[in-house]
Amino acid sequence: MNIPEDLKFTTEHEWIRIDGDIATIGITDYAQEQLGDIVFVELPEEQENVEKGDTFGVVESTKSVSDLYVPLTGTVMETNDPLLDSPEIINEDPYGEGWMLRLKIKRPNEVKELLDAKAYQKLIEEEAE
Amino acid sequence: MRYLPHTAEEIQKMSEAIGVKSPEELFHVIPDNLRFKGKLDLPLPLPEIDLIRHLKELGRKNETVDSLNSFLGGGAYHHYIPVAVSAITSRGEFATSYTPYQAEISQGTLQAIFEFQTMIASLTGMDLANAGNYDGASALAEAVLMSMRLTKRKKILIADSIHPEYRQVIQTYLTNIPHELISIPWKENGRVDFSFIQSRLSEEIAAVCVQSPNAFGVIEDIQPISDLARVSGALMVASFTEAISLGMLRPFGELGADIVVGEGASFGNFLNLGGPYLGIFATKQEDVRQMPGRLVGETVDIDGKRGYVLVLSTREQHIRREKATSNICTNQALCALATTVYLSLLGPQGLKNLAQINYTHAHYLREGLSKIPGIHRKFSSPHFNEFVIELPDSPTKILPRLRQKKILGGINIENWGKGLERCLLVCATEMNSKEHIEEYIQAMKEVL
Repeated sequence: MNIPEDLKFTTEHEWIRIDGDIATIGITDYAQEQLGDIVFVELPEEQENVEKGDTFGVVESTKSVSDLYVPLTGTVMETNDPLLDSPEIINEDPYGEGWMLRLKIKRPNEVKELLDAKAYQKLIEEEAE
Repeated sequence: MRYLPHTAEEIQKMSEAIGVKSPEELFHVIPDNLRFKGKLDLPLPLPEIDLIRHLKELGRKNETVDSLNSFLGGGAYHHYIPVAVSAITSRGEFATSYTPYQAEISQGTLQAIFEFQTMIASLTGMDLANAGNYDGASALAEAVLMSMRLTKRKKILIADSIHPEYRQVIQTYLTNIPHELISIPWKENGRVDFSFIQSRLSEEIAAVCVQSPNAFGVIEDIQPISDLARVSGALMVASFTEAISLGMLRPFGELGADIVVGEGASFGNFLNLGGPYLGIFATKQEDVRQMPGRLVGETVDIDGKRGYVLVLSTREQHIRREKATSNICTNQALCALATTVYLSLLGPQGLKNLAQINYTHAHYLREGLSKIPGIHRKFSSPHFNEFVIELPDSPTKILPRLRQKKILGGINIENWGKGLERCLLVCATEMNSKEHIEEYIQAMKEVL
């Protein structure tokens, strides 16, 4: 299971790459594996203001459908539109080409509440039990 | 024999759990004067032979479209249903079918639904249709909700010439959802006021809803309204109450509609004292993920053989609960099946011919009635199989006189809005023969 050390994570199995005041968000390798073949993804509008805990989209696989939750309050700067036509990219490269959106972070304090790689590793080990 | 599944103790427990003293308390919302007091005065049991005789006597008191000369339309139309329709729909394999979650044991039902969807898509000129909604009115309400989801807007322009009960159903569906309904008035010719739509369309409007033929039987001019809606990003929701009109009128899909909804009962379903009916719902491929209702798709199995399954179920409440596109959790499987069989039996040319007969009968009747001194055709626009006439007196006075002659002369629409005083909505289908029509015209002359 790939859990990059330089990323932050949520209990909803999203990853966050922090770069100054910009956060890039996607779903983890574990999440894509649990979902199976992803067939559809719904992303928010650019320039939309989103609040931590809101749903920002939907990811649907051949066996289930899950909401995507906003990990940090902010403004959507960019969405990864190629995913709309080729959602399988999320399965193939969840931490790279499979990114979903970029946010401009509004409340930097919220970053501290995110999980680091170690804590996330522990979370999925517990879920596996 | 009394059938009471719960003991007094259980009832007490359940009452406590929900915080009421007794089940009686649950009925307090019903006004006291409407509550029945005392015990029901039921007659004593009868032996079977007497009971059957009694029920037959009661049954003979019923008067239906079979025993009367009916010219009623207004959303429920009397059509001929070939006997083969019931013969096929009552086969055990179909009659017992419910939502076919388990594809491996439901191929026949799934294929029938797939054929239904294909026929409806073709008749409406849309990319695809769902497996059916409850009825035309709820399908229209669902179309309004879908347009609000797609556009993320809350205001709806809705024609006053849409059947009033359909408008009430929309209001019910929207009760707990922030929205604004803006009524589009109708003009003297019975069509929607185009300039009103033009003046109210903005980037806040989610949809423009019209009906054609509308509640007055009038055929609307859809294309210019669609063009106008598109400019401001509103969706065009086109609806109908009389499915037979699809055999004659240009499909809404070719006139710029984004969502097409309507009542499908005329396609092979009996009047049945008011239902069940069949909601038709068709839309574009690009909007399918916001569409309510079941959808069946065609695929191949592991051996490459053709098969059918429910598809895009993630829109639905059995997967997504409160985030589903709709709370509809079934389709009108048996009514949709009747429609599929009926349309298969008629074929495209048969449906065209039938629509032509309806059109001709209604126009023959309209001309005959309009020639009677004191009666005027209310709206000048083209119509299909129903139309409005203005009488010299209120329909409340004239209809009972026709009724004495075993004629149901039409629907009194005086309370459908201002400007409809003394107005009667009259319908003629293939069930009203030339002789029936002439009988009606003659009777009308006599009762005025």
